Amino acid sequence: MTKTRSLRWSLPTLLLAATANATDMPLNMTKGVTEISRQVYDLHMTIFLICCVIGAVVFGIMFWSIVRHRKARGVQPAQFHESTKVEILWTAIPVLILIIMAIPATKTLIAMEDTTQADVTVVITGSQWKWHYKYLEHDVEYYSLLATPKEQIVNKLAKGENYLLEVDRPLVIPTGKKVRFLMTSDDVIHSWWVPAFAVKKDANPGFINEAWTRVDEPGIYRGQCAELCGKDHGYMPVVVIAKSPADFDTWVNGEAERIAKAKAEEQELLAMNMGMDELMDVGERTYTAYCAACHQPNGEGLPGIFPALKGSSMALADIPGHINIVLNGKTGTAMQAYAKQLSLKEIAAVITYERNAWGNNTGELVQAADVYAVMQGKGE
Amino acid sequence: MSAAVTDHEHDHEHHDHKPSGIKRWLYTTNHKDIGTMYLVFALIMFFIGGAMAMVIRAELFQPGMQFVEPNFFNQMTTVHGLIMVFGAVMPAFTGLANWMIPMMIGAPDMALPRMNNWSFWILPFAFLILLISLFMPGGGPAFGWTFYAPLSTTYSGDSTALFVFSVHIMGISSIMGAINVIVTIFNLRAPGMTWMKMPLFVWTWLITAFLLIMVMPVLAGAVTMVLTDKYFGTSFFDAAGGGDPVLFQHIFWFFGHPEVYIMILPAFGIVSSIVPTFARKPLFGYASMVYATSSIAILSFLVWAHHMFTTGMPVAGALFFMYCTMLIAVPTGVKVFNWVATMWRGAMTFEVPMMFALAFIVLFTIGGFSGLMLAITPADFQYHDTYFVVAHFHYVLVTGAVFSIIAAAYYWLPKWTGFMYDEKLGQWHFWCSLISVNLLFFPMHFVGLAGMPRRIPDYALQFADFNAFISIGGFLFGASQLLFVWLVVKCARGGEKATAQVWEGAEGLEWEVPSPAPYHTFETPPHVK
Repeated sequence: MTKTRSLRWSLPTLLLAATANATDMPLNMTKGVTEISRQVYDLHMTIFLICCVIGAVVFGIMFWSIVRHRKARGVQPAQFHESTKVEILWTAIPVLILIIMAIPATKTLIAMEDTTQADVTVVITGSQWKWHYKYLEHDVEYYSLLATPKEQIVNKLAKGENYLLEVDRPLVIPTGKKVRFLMTSDDVIHSWWVPAFAVKKDANPGFINEAWTRVDEPGIYRGQCAELCGKDHGYMPVVVIAKSPADFDTWVNGEAERIAKAKAEEQELLAMNMGMDELMDVGERTYTAYCAACHQPNGEGLPGIFPALKGSSMALADIPGHINIVLNGKTGTAMQAYAKQLSLKEIAAVITYERNAWGNNTGELVQAADVYAVMQGKGE
Repeated sequence: MSAAVTDHEHDHEHHDHKPSGIKRWLYTTNHKDIGTMYLVFALIMFFIGGAMAMVIRAELFQPGMQFVEPNFFNQMTTVHGLIMVFGAVMPAFTGLANWMIPMMIGAPDMALPRMNNWSFWILPFAFLILLISLFMPGGGPAFGWTFYAPLSTTYSGDSTALFVFSVHIMGISSIMGAINVIVTIFNLRAPGMTWMKMPLFVWTWLITAFLLIMVMPVLAGAVTMVLTDKYFGTSFFDAAGGGDPVLFQHIFWFFGHPEVYIMILPAFGIVSSIVPTFARKPLFGYASMVYATSSIAILSFLVWAHHMFTTGMPVAGALFFMYCTMLIAVPTGVKVFNWVATMWRGAMTFEVPMMFALAFIVLFTIGGFSGLMLAITPADFQYHDTYFVVAHFHYVLVTGAVFSIIAAAYYWLPKWTGFMYDEKLGQWHFWCSLISVNLLFFPMHFVGLAGMPRRIPDYALQFADFNAFISIGGFLFGASQLLFVWLVVKCARGGEKATAQVWEGAEGLEWEVPSPAPYHTFETPPHVK
């Protein structure tokens, strides 16, 4: 990063540095780590080379003509203007090339679309602007959010190696097994893309799309949301960790246990009351991670798109309404339902925070039990 | 250019009855005046849309957020696209059609002159509405020029109604322009100007006009459905109400794919006029050019879903759209081969129009190659929505459509103004544009293949060096276009007198009238042998 910054002022330095760095700079599609991704890479290289050859021939003839057939050399222009033979030839040859190209493309496409006989199935749900992963065969589900700190994005801290391509909780899949992905969305259209798998599939709200992969090598693979999905489309990375089947089993069982335990703890929490300081502390962290993207860190929102919380009647008066909108979202707007995204404690804390930050000094505390009460009342 | 017309106004005012000052331009039904207004309007829009591109490139110069917020960045990409497509390229072609089609077929004017006036004068209002929306609370449209639902419906800002209104006006203007072109070509050809004697620019525009009247209503339908989904409780694109967000994409691209040919077919016509002139040799394969243009137009209705391979469609559907898309390479190839064959054994000179036409042939073909690569569905899964696509459509639209428009401007400027443009300045403009445009768009192929998605305001560090290159290319390309404005103004004000034929190898009716073309031409139709 610092290197790029020092280079920005001068084009010659930049050119020089870029040549020196040529080996670091990615120039081509990745071969990836699956049988399919290698087939896709081969298709890409084949069609690319065909284009290069055609280009070399056509531009070669054109430049030959530009050099030789110029008035400055005193040539007399010929007057021919058609030749059925040549015209049939240069129609037929491209058709043949295209047929030759279509055969492997068709084969690969059919293989890519065959999602049957999967070993593991993961439901991937996009929402503004995070991914949710749910393992159908296990009691494991969680959200995966951008982990790059805001300070790096606004240039207050040096950018890390995986800037914008890092998440708090990556998707974990086993190597050597056919993993099926079921894609959908809670709001707008997103697109889940991991270049190393050659998997890119749109997550459409209200519909389910299928894709699959079989990864050969353990490793960490990174991608991004590919379909414009609103303001923070650029901050919606995908990180996948491929583990050996044994490591995957250990991980997934541990994860199921952890989630079960957290749910049990949450029930105990209902009887407890938290103090203002603790609620404000947890609330601020939760707000920054989940709410600030739209309502902004200062609670003022973006006029015309995202409403302000600072001074809003909702945040100053109506406690059950406030809890309800955070739990269930508001249909017809970008406000999401957070009931399954956050714990009761986090929801209680974030509501308390919103009612006491930025001059919203209501002094009111909202406890996990209050949230639970609204949830039960709304449950049926 | 307005100065130019004022000049010949003086020359011919004794027999041209027209109001002076602003009234002349407001009330005019003269195809040359309207053509000039279209061209000037397109040039202004080109710079407004270009300024937005400069904002985009400034923000992308380095990773991290420097100048703008992500929401504003999205407004810039959206409005840049809308302005360049509907405000710059399409009006420029309509302006050229207005100026040249009557003169090329020996007609006194367009067939429907009052409608012609109206179709132009609603355009500035359409773009005023679009630009004003940027100053609303929450800003203008930020959902991309493709305005996919539900981002443009449930999740869009308050400016969406203005966006829809402005697209409706643009559509009405385009439809009226297209009807005028069709009626003119069908009814006002001079005696002896048979179909297969029409210049290719006229042919390609005729086919373009049919595409326009077929697909602009589809776009109007799409924006209307967006409007009612957002404001009136319908659920065309909302699964919760029984709709389907992918339906939007089908409707949009049923408009959108023919639309990209609307922006390139007239370019084919321009290049097919320029290359024979400067090769001093008739166009090779005139008839096959006409047939190839028609095939491209018909195929353009059968390939829309190649923009949507990742939305999840049945294998059979994906295969159909892949094969049809690959097939388009054949007639497009025929065109390129014909241009090269026209040059072969000609006696070429390399004035600025020819230079831009040659650059068009090479760079448009590169855009065609990447289009062929994008047609291969499995590979498209990797290319889709990355900078590879951005590189592809800028090669066909900037070095394709825009270069052809610039070539046309140089080619016909002496006919419009009566003066030769400054050849040396034009060559400077050409070489600066050629180098900077490739610095700008070529590296986009690399970052796209390496995995950089499009429409993001910030990116991972491995893309940093290339993005700095691309931005520098962008700034240079933007600055180079100022040379063009200077040159046009200079040419309008004076210079070496142009002859009627202007170019040694030029053939056609437009070269038989004096330069500058009188306010009224072919009041008595010529006889075409």
